[in-house]
Amino acid sequence: MGPVAAATARDTFDDRPEGQAGRYSEWLRARRDLKKRYQSLYCALRERCDIAEHGGAKRRRRSTDLRCWITRCACTGIPGENENVEPKVEIRHLSKRFGQITAVDDVSFCVGRGEVLGFLGPNGAGKSTTMKMITGFLAPDSGSVIVGGDDIALAPVAVKARIGYLPEGAPLYADMTPLAFLNFVAEIRGFRGEAKRARIEQTVQRVNLEEVLNQPIATLSKGFKRRVGLAQAIFHDPEVLILDEPTDGLDPNQKHEVRALIRSMAQAKVIILSTHILEEVEAVCTRAIIIARGKVVCDSTPAELEARSRLHNAITLAVKGDGAHEAAQSLRDLSGVEAVEALGHIDGIARYQIYPKAGELLAATVSQVARERGWEIVQLTVERGRLDEVFRAVTTGESASSEGGM
Amino acid sequence: MANIWVIFKRELASYFMTPIAYVFIVIFVFLSGIFAFYMGNFFARGQADLEPFFGFHPWLYLFLIPALAMRLWAEERKTGTIELLLTLPISIPQAVVAKYLAAWVFSGIALAFTFPIWWTVNFLGDPDNGVIVASYVGSMLMAGAFLAIGACVSSLTKNQVIAFVITAVVCLIFVLSGYPLVLDFFSGWAPQFLVETISSFSFLSHFNAIAKGVIDLRDFVYFVSLIAFWLFANAVLIELKKAD
Ligand SMILES: Nc1ncnc2c1ncn2[C@@H]1O[C@H](COP(=O)(O)OP(=O)(O)OP(=O)(O)O)[C@@H](O)[C@H]1O
Ligand SMILES: [Mg+2]
Repeated sequence: MGPVAAATARDTFDDRPEGQAGRYSEWLRARRDLKKRYQSLYCALRERCDIAEHGGAKRRRRSTDLRCWITRCACTGIPGENENVEPKVEIRHLSKRFGQITAVDDVSFCVGRGEVLGFLGPNGAGKSTTMKMITGFLAPDSGSVIVGGDDIALAPVAVKARIGYLPEGAPLYADMTPLAFLNFVAEIRGFRGEAKRARIEQTVQRVNLEEVLNQPIATLSKGFKRRVGLAQAIFHDPEVLILDEPTDGLDPNQKHEVRALIRSMAQAKVIILSTHILEEVEAVCTRAIIIARGKVVCDSTPAELEARSRLHNAITLAVKGDGAHEAAQSLRDLSGVEAVEALGHIDGIARYQIYPKAGELLAATVSQVARERGWEIVQLTVERGRLDEVFRAVTTGESASSEGGM
Repeated sequence: MANIWVIFKRELASYFMTPIAYVFIVIFVFLSGIFAFYMGNFFARGQADLEPFFGFHPWLYLFLIPALAMRLWAEERKTGTIELLLTLPISIPQAVVAKYLAAWVFSGIALAFTFPIWWTVNFLGDPDNGVIVASYVGSMLMAGAFLAIGACVSSLTKNQVIAFVITAVVCLIFVLSGYPLVLDFFSGWAPQFLVETISSFSFLSHFNAIAKGVIDLRDFVYFVSLIAFWLFANAVLIELKKAD
């Protein structure tokens, strides 16, 4: 199942492209599928309802169970229908207020296995608050968090066992050594004896902690502290990994290593990470959610985000030769060109930024014009679009591209 | 249960990884000795018992136990490790109980280091060791009650100094409510049952009862239920405001 595994039977039906609705055989098959799915849902429901009705004193709890169970069906499919339930994080209408401040305002999203979700947003947007609610540290004012089918409000310990969490700033017990600390984490996570030893060794290796294992954490540098925090988070190979600014304070090599580590784990896990480094989103994330003032303002892939940049597919051109200084007008006249911006000229080389109309690709046309006019091309690059520009536009409420924001 | 044991081990070890353990034990043993020998006229009384030694325990605990308890939760809050601890797959009552037990066992270790005094009276005379054992048990129970109050107050704040002061004041109220001075103040005008209720809430009356050598079930229940109440409050408070 894909990221939107929540597809209930009805969705499957609705999702059929309109053009194909006329194909009778397909329609029949869809109907058959649908019936089968509803049947198993119905049976399962009946079973639960019976329990709920005969539960006596425990009825109230049972009915909560039932509600939780129905939620789970919607999230992971009907039990028995799809045996291997995918790890998955589902956030529904999460809100949190601190006094007058609404830190998180009706945030909903769903992340499936294999996705690396980048959580972006300006300072104070509510990223950390959201993560604290996903990991069960903060109770939301309203809304629910469902991890791997269980609601964190109903089964906190079971959910926490599935999650690895690196809190913001990587708080640690400063008087312990990394080894003693990992030992503690290992035992809490249920590792004993040889399994514990092997797991500690493996984790230490993954985050390169060997050299400081027996030095009190208080005396470690910021980067090493962060690595200890990371080790603690990935220790039990969790289904869900939640990392609040995991590369903050790491040197470039370590950043690279941590990103490689995240990528290597991505296949089998749900990973949610927050970051202020936009290249990181391009480097590791399969999906990006931008949140501003507590609200989700954008939810798409990094590539789609780039495409929303005004610079997406724009051309940076540097030319020299006769008339190169006055090239702007002739470039502007080309069909498909939205605007041309002169970036000035140095040493006889004139630079331009050429913005295309939506959907136009200009590289061929521009180079042809340059050749016809006899300009020597020093540089001609097609821009991919800049995330920082989109980020700024989306979070300050300006429109990022001609189509406007979301 | 396994979780409680793991957290308990970490907590207890953390006392010994910092100077807290050594400072606390040394000061505790030193002060209890001073109190007993100089202020309690240990030798001059000419009796082979430890009454003067135990008699000062409530006052000693009054400022030493809050110092031990103030860090329990306030430090976790201050350093943010509470977020780490409470997102591990453990329940809040487990964390509360484990931390509390570690502190209690630690205070027990400190108390155990006063054994030379016991040894001394046995060397000098022929004391009633049953009474002494009972007194030690009573002292432990009282320390446990002080600690439970301290743990609960500590869970309310990031600031260890505030935790210390409030704990000391609350404990003082619990101690003083059995003190003759205070009871006299009430007995002048208040009905007898009120005076008795106030007195029955006092650490002093229950501790003194146990220190006489009889571990009465009522005194035992008093301390245990007091501890249970404060720990329950501790767990509820953590649940309600773990992130504040
Ligand atoms: N315990 C708290 N009490 C009061 N307000 C809080 C608390 N925690 C967070 N806030 C407020 O909630 C808002 C969101 O904070 P949050 O830490 O989630 O932001 P963030 O997106 O993680 O920011 P940053 O990028 O700086 O880490 C902020 O306005 C913050 O001041
Ligand atoms: Mg943050």
